[in-house]
Amino acid sequence: MKFGVVIFPGSNCDEDAYHAAKDVFGQDAEYLWHKNTDVKGADVVILPGGFAHGDYLRTGAMARFSPIMGAVRAFADRGGPVLGICNGFQILLEAGLLPGAMLRNKGLKYCCQHVYLRVERTDTPFTAAARAGQVLRIPIGHGEGNYFAPPETVEKLEANRQVILRYTDPQGQINDEWNPNGSVGAIASICNERRNVVGMMPHPERACEPLLGGVDGRLIFESIVQTLRSAESLALQPSVVGRAS
Amino acid sequence: MRARVFVTLKPSVFDPQGRTIADALQSLGYDGVADVRQGKYFELDLATTEAARAKALAAEVADKLLANPVIETYRIEVD
Repeated sequence: MKFGVVIFPGSNCDEDAYHAAKDVFGQDAEYLWHKNTDVKGADVVILPGGFAHGDYLRTGAMARFSPIMGAVRAFADRGGPVLGICNGFQILLEAGLLPGAMLRNKGLKYCCQHVYLRVERTDTPFTAAARAGQVLRIPIGHGEGNYFAPPETVEKLEANRQVILRYTDPQGQINDEWNPNGSVGAIASICNERRNVVGMMPHPERACEPLLGGVDGRLIFESIVQTLRSAESLALQPSVVGRAS
Repeated sequence: MRARVFVTLKPSVFDPQGRTIADALQSLGYDGVADVRQGKYFELDLATTEAARAKALAAEVADKLLANPVIETYRIEVD
């Protein structure tokens, strides 16, 4: 299986995501320059963290118009799994692939720290290997991670079970003190209605090796590897050939 | 023509920067400043000489790029 890692001018976590896919998980990986108009046969696309186009105007506002985003949208429309990490999440919001917007962190400070996250849903390609209620410790690094959506949108997200991760205390309890940026509903990650597009503010690619101070981010990568592997083995079974779309 | 676009957070959206500025002004003794909302200001130099077209074009680019309709609203002046 192949990971496609998009590089925008100003991306700075592209190499970390590529390293996690290629060196930690032993998968094929290829960079996708933002001017490309196709995803080069990738099975999963990652929009990495950073400051795409300098984050000028608003985070993700310019990146939304990069040529690669047309291909990413088409890939997502075909059901392809897309993960936006941090700035990648902000880009997915600006592009309208996920609902809502990011505001400045409530405390106005750039937050660079480990946070605790409760897994809310495991029926996405990026959380399939986790247990519901499991608490993960993964780092964040952002100044605009205060997730906002109008109340009716938040209600819809909750009703459709689209909230994937929430900021909690180490025991998995929601608590304002452990919500680093003021996100509504302590939301750290959401998915689209089809559940194949996921955005998350924490950086799983920074938590895949003990040397980095934690390995809980591996679950996110393990999830997509498992999901794609089972899709591949299904596709290889003669009985289901022709059924796969 | 020139169009001026003022982008601000919707009234329903908390503006932590504006709140901090208001707090700073109050600590400087400006008790008369009840609240501050921070926004963005754009000046567009436009080729058209028709005010209606200038306003329509400014609104189009504001909708498409300058403002995020989830959190922001805008106001346009042309001259």
